[in-house]
Amino acid sequence: MSLLGKDLVGLAGLSREQITTILDVAEPLREVSERAIKKVPTLRGMTVVNLFFEASTRTRISFEFAEKRMSADTVNVAASGSSVSKGETLVDTARNLEAMRIDMVVIRHASSGAARFLAERIESNVINAGDGTHEHPTQGLLDLLTLRQRFGTLEGKRICICGDVLHSRVARSNIWGLKSLGADVAVCGPRSLLPNAIGEMGVQVFSRIEQAIEWADALNVLRLQLERMQAGYIPSLREYNRVFGVTRARLERAPRDILILHPGPMNRGVEIDSDVADGPHSVILDQVTNGVAVRMAVLYLLAGQKASLADVAKGGAA
Amino acid sequence: MSALLVKGGRIVDPSQNLDAVGDVLLVDGIVAQCGGTIAAPAGAQVYDATGLVVTPGLIDVHVHLREPGREDVETVATGAHAAVAGGFTAVCAMPNTKPVTDNQATVGFVKRQGEAAGFARVYPIGAISVGQQGETLAEFGEMVAAGAVAFSDDGKPVENTQLMRTAMEYALTFNVPIVEHCEVMSLAHGGSMNEGIVSARLGLKGIPAEAEEIDVARCILLAKRTGGHVHLCHLSTKGSVDLVRWGKAQGINVTSEVCSHHISLTEEAVEGYNTNAKMNPPLRTAADVEALQQGLKDGTIDLLVTDHAPHHYDEKEREFADAPNGIVGLETALGVNITYLVETGILTLNEMVNRMSCLAAKIWHLPGGTLAKGSLGDVTVFDPKKRWVVDPKQFKSKGRNTPYGGHTLTGQAICTIVGGKIVHQVS
Repeated sequence: MSLLGKDLVGLAGLSREQITTILDVAEPLREVSERAIKKVPTLRGMTVVNLFFEASTRTRISFEFAEKRMSADTVNVAASGSSVSKGETLVDTARNLEAMRIDMVVIRHASSGAARFLAERIESNVINAGDGTHEHPTQGLLDLLTLRQRFGTLEGKRICICGDVLHSRVARSNIWGLKSLGADVAVCGPRSLLPNAIGEMGVQVFSRIEQAIEWADALNVLRLQLERMQAGYIPSLREYNRVFGVTRARLERAPRDILILHPGPMNRGVEIDSDVADGPHSVILDQVTNGVAVRMAVLYLLAGQKASLADVAKGGAA
Repeated sequence: MSALLVKGGRIVDPSQNLDAVGDVLLVDGIVAQCGGTIAAPAGAQVYDATGLVVTPGLIDVHVHLREPGREDVETVATGAHAAVAGGFTAVCAMPNTKPVTDNQATVGFVKRQGEAAGFARVYPIGAISVGQQGETLAEFGEMVAAGAVAFSDDGKPVENTQLMRTAMEYALTFNVPIVEHCEVMSLAHGGSMNEGIVSARLGLKGIPAEAEEIDVARCILLAKRTGGHVHLCHLSTKGSVDLVRWGKAQGINVTSEVCSHHISLTEEAVEGYNTNAKMNPPLRTAADVEALQQGLKDGTIDLLVTDHAPHHYDEKEREFADAPNGIVGLETALGVNITYLVETGILTLNEMVNRMSCLAAKIWHLPGGTLAKGSLGDVTVFDPKKRWVVDPKQFKSKGRNTPYGGHTLTGQAICTIVGGKIVHQVS
């Protein structure tokens, strides 16, 4: 059994040591993507199924790059093209995949708990690529890696997660991960988009973006899902930008430089202005690069390979 | 003549203020004598109840038997069998069947299925509105004539307040309760568990306590206006208990019930996305559980019920938010109530029996609920000290969806007698 256990369904169950190990493994793997031949043989002969029951572009591509760069065989299954559209249940799908003797499943699903549900029913390793409004652990890990690269340590750093925390799987993974590594965590957004009991998760709650900016060393700005406006959680996108938008003018009043993260895709001019997203304090593209490395690390650790990291670092085309 | 003598048990019958060791004689399905030492008539069957508790047959006013429409999940017969296995001699069947029990013919069908099964007595509850659509009042009079004992759109609330008012007024003619599933749907808003720290952690949409309490308040005020009898289903929050307490203090004709699971489990049972802990109303907080227990103790809550809701195992074997609400309860309720209410000192055995039998008969105007001479020969014999492990595979119900699987409970039905005949017995 690997250090992570069989599956990665969330950061809530991981220790500081486990999270640190993933980040430590991701660091050298990041270098693989810088090579001319971006491939190591670590997962050669293993089959990974990317099971996406919900639309996703960047997460699916990031996983696929990670798998291919580790030399795994990959199969992509989208819900619209699967038997799910014919009424097959998730457990049936899982059993069928298992019967095809796969090794790993990366699952994205609209229901909270779906990754855990699958993990408890199949022997293959399961990686949660986002389940409902629960967790998105690899996104959380890549955020942690990005912050650690900039800050050196997260101990005592103040990170505020801004926006639609209620519907965000990224927010929960961030809260668990950041707190495990010793950061102070806050959330900021309209109360209609924050879970009622969020304070009981050990985070500060700001209702004004100005307070968050004054307090934080880094802001993780969440995408405002446009359907929230139709659902009546906020009156208009325009007002959201006026009250909660991370704008250059607001950042200029900050007492210190603030790192800006965003899990993407961004609504420019809504939760974040373009000159912030593209500005000097943005680490948004670093997050994307780190995403591949973190996912390679998770695949590696779950596979429990005998090969040492030094071997991987030395490289060699598959 | 058929005679059955239940001998030497501790007779607990709150309807007669009786708690003493003695005998009960049933002749031709009726209680012929209760208390003291009774000589067995010639040819009488004798049941030795020494060391056991003998009570009026338990009555559950809130069960779902799924027939007609979902006989694959439960039938009236399997549900009634589960009832007697749990010590219940009578159950009231909710009308959210397919088709909805909203007319004389379907009410009669359910009643006849119950009679044919020969286990617990089955009293149909008719729908308040046609098709449970919340628009047109169903034909109460005809359904009462066919055997309906109450009216409810349970499974969902009557959202139309004017319709609810009319229902309470119209039901006065027939002296039957209007039974409300208290929920403001627009506030529950598709939630799948209690709104609080656990839902925040799990990323599940929560149902706030107020989604129940606002409807509780509305119904109490309508009962005040109309003078009708409103019975509030499956209370789950402290706020609801406080509101009912206020209503009763005002002299309003409001009664209420609580499920065995709501007095014994908290929202923590959902951890791990356990769909066998998914129900509506959802499991709440420890403070709510304590308030519900106190509400039972002080009489604010009148009845203990199960809200027995069988589902196929594969319907529960899915993503939490998509899984159906409800658990089975008929075969665990007595053990749960003794374990969590009597063993803990919250209720005396007498108080528990009152809330599981006597008061149910009294406030819903049902036969039974007493061992007084001349009443129905429905008797439950249970062992209040027997410890047993819940094994869902042994259930008589077709449903296996219980959060108590593997739990050790104290107290179990040993012998269930309906109309003077033993219909369930543990050897």
